[in-house]
Amino acid sequence: MYFYLRMYFWGVFSTMDACFPRHRVLRFASILQQAGKFSIRISLANETTSKSGLGARWEELTLGLYDAVRFLGRLFRQAVSRPFDFQEIIRQCYEIGYRSLPLITLTGFVTGIVFTKQSRPSLVSFGATSWLPSLIAIAMIRALAPLVTALICAGKVGSNIGAELGSMKVTEQIDAMEVSGSRPFNFLIVTRVAASTLMIPVLAMYCAFVGLLGSFLNIYQNEKTSFVTFIADAFEQISFLDLGTSLTKAISFGFTIGAVACYKGFYASNGTQGVGKAANTAVVLSMFLIFMEELVIVQVSNWLR
Amino acid sequence: MAYEHQIDYDQRVIEIRGLYKSFGSLKVLQGVDLDVFKGENVVVLGRSGTGKSVLIKIIAGLLPPDAGTVDVLGRRVSELSEEALRALRLKLGFSFQNSALYDSMSIRENLEFPVIRNMPAMNKSSLNDLVKETLDAVGLLNKIDRMPSELSGGQRKRIGIARTLMLKPEIMLYDEPTAGLDPVTSVEINKLINEVQERYNTSAIIITHDLACAKTTGDRVVMLFEGKVAKEGSFQEVFASDDPEVQNFYNYNFIQ
Repeated sequence: MYFYLRMYFWGVFSTMDACFPRHRVLRFASILQQAGKFSIRISLANETTSKSGLGARWEELTLGLYDAVRFLGRLFRQAVSRPFDFQEIIRQCYEIGYRSLPLITLTGFVTGIVFTKQSRPSLVSFGATSWLPSLIAIAMIRALAPLVTALICAGKVGSNIGAELGSMKVTEQIDAMEVSGSRPFNFLIVTRVAASTLMIPVLAMYCAFVGLLGSFLNIYQNEKTSFVTFIADAFEQISFLDLGTSLTKAISFGFTIGAVACYKGFYASNGTQGVGKAANTAVVLSMFLIFMEELVIVQVSNWLR
Repeated sequence: MAYEHQIDYDQRVIEIRGLYKSFGSLKVLQGVDLDVFKGENVVVLGRSGTGKSVLIKIIAGLLPPDAGTVDVLGRRVSELSEEALRALRLKLGFSFQNSALYDSMSIRENLEFPVIRNMPAMNKSSLNDLVKETLDAVGLLNKIDRMPSELSGGQRKRIGIARTLMLKPEIMLYDEPTAGLDPVTSVEINKLINEVQERYNTSAIIITHDLACAKTTGDRVVMLFEGKVAKEGSFQEVFASDDPEVQNFYNYNFIQ
């Protein structure tokens, strides 16, 4: 097993090497860097006060990446070091998890019903409506439940955390915690990231359950399938790999939402405008990253299948 | 108003040498030297944008200096590890310009927070006593279960000072303690600053551009101009000079 894995990775890296040899990567990077310096020089020569041009953007992007990696490093380091604020984690779990329940119930239920309604015509055309339960189960559990939950929570939880931490930052409350030795990073960031990493998977499972319930109601109404048959049909096609992938997705989505929102909030600046920007970019960036992660995880799980 | 306090001129609690700080092309501090002795209130005066707030943020380790050294209680702030800096900050009290009260917590929770975070072993009843004692010292015991949003600006400022007093600091840093307050409330805050000095035996740096505040609270006045210390001495000494910069300051505050 280990041998195969090693061969596999060796294969991957050697193909990567063939496609992107080191000198070519370096040359590309240096060309970009030169372009960056050049356009900065131009913008300085024009005495434009605001940063503009490709170079400045490139520099901003690389600096942003550097900051994000450092933030993640600090997050992992602090997460495993004392003190552990269990009480605050539980409070945040309540805020993030319980407070999102009504919204997730509604969206999960509607998703289940609508997806069933929309799938029926194409199955009716070749008389295969008995496949509906398994189709819905596969769609809900593999893809929709984690994704819908994550997107809803990115909007609700992400903007909430971004705005809350952002306003704490610009009113110097975080600095006040810092100078009183109260470890704001542990108290504010680690607890929120932990809570959202824990709660999004739970919410996703709940979302799948509610979605299947909605779907069952619609199928019962139309095909008169009993609940027992529905459940048996639904879970026939679901493997442990599906559940595992779904859970992995939900966990990584939860971590993404928490980490992105906290990062944006914790480093907010420029007064009230900065608070709005923090909340906004927290949502946009975490949604973008959620889709990227979805893509990667589905790819990996299909290799394993 | 004769407040009794002892200044020990042999013991420097803050020692700043050749401090430089700039933000991009904006040069804020350009070689500041400053000493604060034990038990002394030093007022730092200066126009807006001369880097007064930046100075105390550097002292508290919230901003790194570009050059120069800052020693607080004998420790060099820029060279401390994260944990050592945290330990040093427990001896510093920082009163923010807009109080920076935690607005999701009640006044009691605001005051308890730094203690719970730093001394989790402290028992409930002694913590409660400490909260009451400190609130009593700032004269706001009746507001104990209110939220910060229900308080006036002056009350918020006092609670902010009370919160820093919970950890019994040795050095207080006040950022514009009277900014945005009416003259009567300002006088009360000035009184409180002197009471804190006397009662908790603290040294302090008071950042302000309010001369009434400087006159009543400062044992020594330092005037910042263009990122450097321009004048230093007692209030009378500094304002005896006929330097136009100093005179402009004086004339506006006392309407002459």
